[in-house]
Amino acid sequence: MDRMPAWADAVLVPLISLLLAALLSALVILGIGENPIEALKLMVEGALLRSAGWGYTLYYATNFIFTGLAVSVAFHAKLFNIGGEGQAMIGGLGVALVCLYLPWPHWSLALVAASVAAALFGAVWAFIPAYLQAKRGSHIVITTIMFNFIAAALLNYLLVNVMKPEGQQDPATAIFPAATHLPTFQDMFATEAMPLFRGSPGNVTFFLAIAACLVVWALIWRTRLGYEIRALGHSESAARYAGISPVRTIVIAMLISGALAGLMGVNTAMGEAERLVMNATEGAGFIGIAVALMGRNHPIGVFLAAILFGFLYQGGAELALWTNIPRELIVVIQALVILFTGALDNMVRMPLERVFAARRRAARKTPAE
Amino acid sequence: MTDTAPAIELKGISKSFGPVQANKDISIRVMPGTIHGIIGENGAGKSTLMSILYGFYSADAGEIWVKGEKTVIPDSQAAIRAGIGMVFQHFKLVQNFTVLENVILGAEDGGLLKPSLSKARGVLKQLAEEYELSVDPDTQVQHLSVGHQQRVEILKALYRQADILILDEPTGVLTPAEADHLFRILDNLRAEGKTIILITHKLREIMEITDTVSVMRRGEMTATVKTAETSPEELAELMVGRKVLLRVDKAPAKPKEALLEIENLRHLDGQGVEKLRNISLEVRAGEIVGLAGVAGNGQSELLNVLGGYADATGTVRVNGREIPLSGRGCDGMARRAAGIGHVPEDRQREGLIMPYSAWENTVFGYHHGPETGSGLLMDNAAIRKEAAAKMERFDVRPPDPSLAAKNFSGGNQQKIVLAREIERNPDVLLIGQPTRGVDIGAIEFIHEQIVRLRDMGKAILLVSVELDEIFALSDRIAVMFDGRIMGVRDAGETDQRELGLLMAGITEDPGGDAYEAVDAAMDQKDHREAARHG
Repeated sequence: MDRMPAWADAVLVPLISLLLAALLSALVILGIGENPIEALKLMVEGALLRSAGWGYTLYYATNFIFTGLAVSVAFHAKLFNIGGEGQAMIGGLGVALVCLYLPWPHWSLALVAASVAAALFGAVWAFIPAYLQAKRGSHIVITTIMFNFIAAALLNYLLVNVMKPEGQQDPATAIFPAATHLPTFQDMFATEAMPLFRGSPGNVTFFLAIAACLVVWALIWRTRLGYEIRALGHSESAARYAGISPVRTIVIAMLISGALAGLMGVNTAMGEAERLVMNATEGAGFIGIAVALMGRNHPIGVFLAAILFGFLYQGGAELALWTNIPRELIVVIQALVILFTGALDNMVRMPLERVFAARRRAARKTPAE
Repeated sequence: MTDTAPAIELKGISKSFGPVQANKDISIRVMPGTIHGIIGENGAGKSTLMSILYGFYSADAGEIWVKGEKTVIPDSQAAIRAGIGMVFQHFKLVQNFTVLENVILGAEDGGLLKPSLSKARGVLKQLAEEYELSVDPDTQVQHLSVGHQQRVEILKALYRQADILILDEPTGVLTPAEADHLFRILDNLRAEGKTIILITHKLREIMEITDTVSVMRRGEMTATVKTAETSPEELAELMVGRKVLLRVDKAPAKPKEALLEIENLRHLDGQGVEKLRNISLEVRAGEIVGLAGVAGNGQSELLNVLGGYADATGTVRVNGREIPLSGRGCDGMARRAAGIGHVPEDRQREGLIMPYSAWENTVFGYHHGPETGSGLLMDNAAIRKEAAAKMERFDVRPPDPSLAAKNFSGGNQQKIVLAREIERNPDVLLIGQPTRGVDIGAIEFIHEQIVRLRDMGKAILLVSVELDEIFALSDRIAVMFDGRIMGVRDAGETDQRELGLLMAGITEDPGGDAYEAVDAAMDQKDHREAARHG
């Protein structure tokens, strides 16, 4: 029988893990002679209390939603896609090609085309590792990691040697035409009286990410394909018995995963930088793994975890700006969160299970008097 | 017998795993020089009890007394020192070691192997003569037949001077003649004063060989009786807790046209070894053909090929139409569309997705059908509703479609698979090990369903390693050995002895005791196997 009520599994476990991570982070901050309460206040203020802070938090969260969903979809088929980083880079390349080399009358059309291109490019980048895994048994973890490096090298070459406008110093493409610039939250919600989201990069892509959550939810739990992906993830022998082709299902799951990671390129290239720059992904592909882990591979969980990590990113940047806490410490705090919510999951889960089992036993022994 | 101390005495042994109590206050006395049977259904706690005795688990409460002395057995080394030897259901042998090397493994004297090996060779020779336990000491274990591997396990225990031997389900993998031979070995051991604990779920074996039998049910010891003073019916009732019918009621078959025709079927495994050699077989509408044989003689491969997930050459026709045996159109879903239902041998690895809910499992393999929804989406509400009705009709307990498959008992898991496959009304039904790991209560029900399907005019191919089950259900019986069908007999015109010989690949009855002939046949198979691998 299931050991814990569903709400405890979905809410209580990550919450306690998070508290533990926060506690340990506080000790670390104390250790370098800063005040952890002040630091937390600063993070919350910088990331959540001002609308511009939200603009940043949601911008980062958009990236993490895409990469988190990418990891989740693959994980339902028991595939560990560590290549979100590379797939997102190549997705950005697709966006850049669409925006730079095709004329667009309006951003909405450009957004549709750029999204298709980003998804397609990301999927193509995931296809080769997927095919090698399905047909030849080359481990997907190894191949996707290698493809991250290949993607970085390819982008490096293209930006330095091909796509960089003449005379420009930094390795990046030209600015995309104005018609392809996506509306930011500021464009959408700020009024004369209420200058919301000023200067922050959050943009319309966030809603695309929410749509992606809905689509992934329907895909995994409502379609025949999702049923097959999960079945294969649980038991390959049973999938074979049922007539589900492991090769086909692995490839399709990875194509979807790669497409989702690729979509992140829309946010970074089109939504924020408005050109393609080197290292636009900033490790979001890897954060996606933590987001998926913490979100239990469920779109709602991924969404919430992505917001949390967006907060950590933005709050961390604020800390580095206003205190003597070095940027590296922010990485430490993020790592602690990942460690507790992902790797040390059982440390919290097992005692909790015991508590619930004991409570159930007690309830059984004292029936309603 | 009352004045001698028991060889083993367990007092008040309890053991739980989390919320599951596997053993509840179990006390048992095993007298020296006897064969003591422990019988019970799967999950009754037999194996747990023996694992405690052998030092794999430690009991939460209770005492172990060996030969009149209170003993603590923290690990298997201590059990061996106390003179206890164990023959596991799944052998613990190093496949690429010779028999001799396996025997001395862990019991070497000193750093050099040579003296141990020559000592063991002598001991083995002596044991072989004493107990009819002959195995070639220089053959690698991987080339031995299962029966011979089991002998190596017994030899290992005897070499370590065990005088109390525990055998866990020892006949599950043996032909009837091999089982008879094993029982003769056990008889010899008893005559020499050794004590034997035999764990089994087969009533026939208990009646045949034991002196005393203890019955376990749901972690408790429900009775200990003298075998001579009990009957199979009484034991079955003690095991299940209610009266059970031990045979299947069925009318004679009225077979019609052939629905499943198999001709010259060949299949190679991943290593290129031929696992099916020119199989031809026919199953007609309205009959059950039982496929008997010791596990590992090609029955599983035949089911996989017919089920669409292993390639083969040859011809298979279903309802007169040929079906592809490799490439496109050869998969489980295509087979189902062609009219083949398949209850696989291993429901946990193949038949069910264990974390899936019962309702999700009721469409597994049929999930592309129109009744599961239209277009890309599945109509979960409709599937759930249909699943609830199916579970009701097949008496699945608890009748909760949302419960995950892993939370049902073995028998109820099997009923979910049966409900799924039978309710699609297939022309041909393949059933592998329909009652493996299924409680006796559910066995009755499952057998009834299979016979009911036959009477509806379907063709049923039944694979089972339980010869009793084959006899109870089949109208015709085919026997497989080493990838071949050795013969097909009408169920009414054959007997255990004939089938037992066919299961060892012997088509001519040698007369008299068949042990030697079977043993020779198995030796031959060992050598063929060794030669095949160079």
